[in-house]
Amino acid sequence: MSGPSTSKSVNIDSSKPLALIAELTHRCPLRCVYCSNPMELSLRESELPSAVWTRVFREAAALGVLHLDLTGGEPLVRPDLIELIGAGRSAGLYISLITSGLPLTESKLAALVEAGLDHVQLSFQGATAATAHEIALTTSHGHKLHVLQWLRKHSIGVTLNFVIHRRNIHELEQMIALVEDYQPGCAEFASVQYYGWAFANKEALLPTRAQVDHCVETLQSAQIRLKGKTRVIFVVPDYYAKYPKPCVGGWGRKLMLVSPDGFVLPCHAARIIPGLPFDNVKEKTLADIWESSEAFCRFRGEDWMKEPCKSCSRRQEDFGGCRCQAFLLTGDAFSTDPVCSLVPTRAQVDVTLAAINAKIPCGPEEPPRYVYRKTCK
Amino acid sequence: MKPNHNAIPRLAPGVRLGDNDRQPKILLMPERALRLNGPSFEILRLCDGQNSVLGIAEKLQAAYPAADPQQILNDTIDYLAALRDERAIDF
Repeated sequence: MSGPSTSKSVNIDSSKPLALIAELTHRCPLRCVYCSNPMELSLRESELPSAVWTRVFREAAALGVLHLDLTGGEPLVRPDLIELIGAGRSAGLYISLITSGLPLTESKLAALVEAGLDHVQLSFQGATAATAHEIALTTSHGHKLHVLQWLRKHSIGVTLNFVIHRRNIHELEQMIALVEDYQPGCAEFASVQYYGWAFANKEALLPTRAQVDHCVETLQSAQIRLKGKTRVIFVVPDYYAKYPKPCVGGWGRKLMLVSPDGFVLPCHAARIIPGLPFDNVKEKTLADIWESSEAFCRFRGEDWMKEPCKSCSRRQEDFGGCRCQAFLLTGDAFSTDPVCSLVPTRAQVDVTLAAINAKIPCGPEEPPRYVYRKTCK
Repeated sequence: MKPNHNAIPRLAPGVRLGDNDRQPKILLMPERALRLNGPSFEILRLCDGQNSVLGIAEKLQAAYPAADPQQILNDTIDYLAALRDERAIDF
């Protein structure tokens, strides 16, 4: 996940990726309504075997990658997770596990740490069991609180990740209380970004402007209170921003994502862009793909940009914003991200926001009819 | 919060120095990495749970004999405070 922190990251050699996101599987016990997996999920039979992942981790390290994020779906469902952590660590990578905590046991956690795990990012769907169930259609909240107790026994990095939206934003104070009680190194309050499953649930999930303002204010005071204990990061919903986010730190600039079946993508959502061909680690090396794959070259640098991006003074800061959002909202992946207030297509974002903000919630809303993420066998 | 002279800084959980020649003078942290220039690398290498703040400043003095001792101590304290706010170290 890209947050404000990425500006602090080093680029030892700006032509090399810094992070590899390994989507080990799309299987997951949770069915979150904003899942970042594609709507067409990879099946278990097509998942890369351990030996291929091991080779990919070595190739990544040789390419200059520092961080390996093991994610999914739920990476814990992979029976070879301990072996994969060991393989990543032997390759010289810093290993993070991005997890819901389901299905984790105390002894499994100890084995993962023993294998070389550096950092766990534990996701929360809310501050209460009821809200978490509404979002993920799975009973998981109580188990996550157990996982927190087990994590206390190990000297590894811990990030608590709260995905924020209209249906849980009222629990923000309780989420912060959980952070204050546990005091992880980092707490991320990441607003839902609207692609794939989240895009299908946009009407239900987009918060109102008043909610976002309250959230910013509350988190700013938490940041001050927790200084020196927990780094508090807030990612605003970009629909409410004036300029686009520098999506994935710029296309093909900092990270690579490998899907469960071996396709290499510049970002989580890149598959939604039509006509973009992706290479597979089963056929090519990561270095080859990074340097010459059509998918990585298409929007790398500035040559692809149209006006107003092409001559904009912000083009080195936000790289024209998100290509996937540009496609989703305008039908043209080469256009400026319509979150940008400098383009006429911004009107479309404003229409969506006006509709959300016109609905003044008086008392608790009824749970919406969500499109839940599909289960994946 | 600034550390006192006897505090013993150590790397925070999940933080370690790059341990191979592809990661020279890099501090690896959850979701980010810091490039360490000049004395910052020396300071972090000494944040091993053995050295006090005064001890770190003394060792830096040995490496930079021409520098003013009070300046070295003050700069070390400020840098350690900043590293703690970044959650890179505890003391």
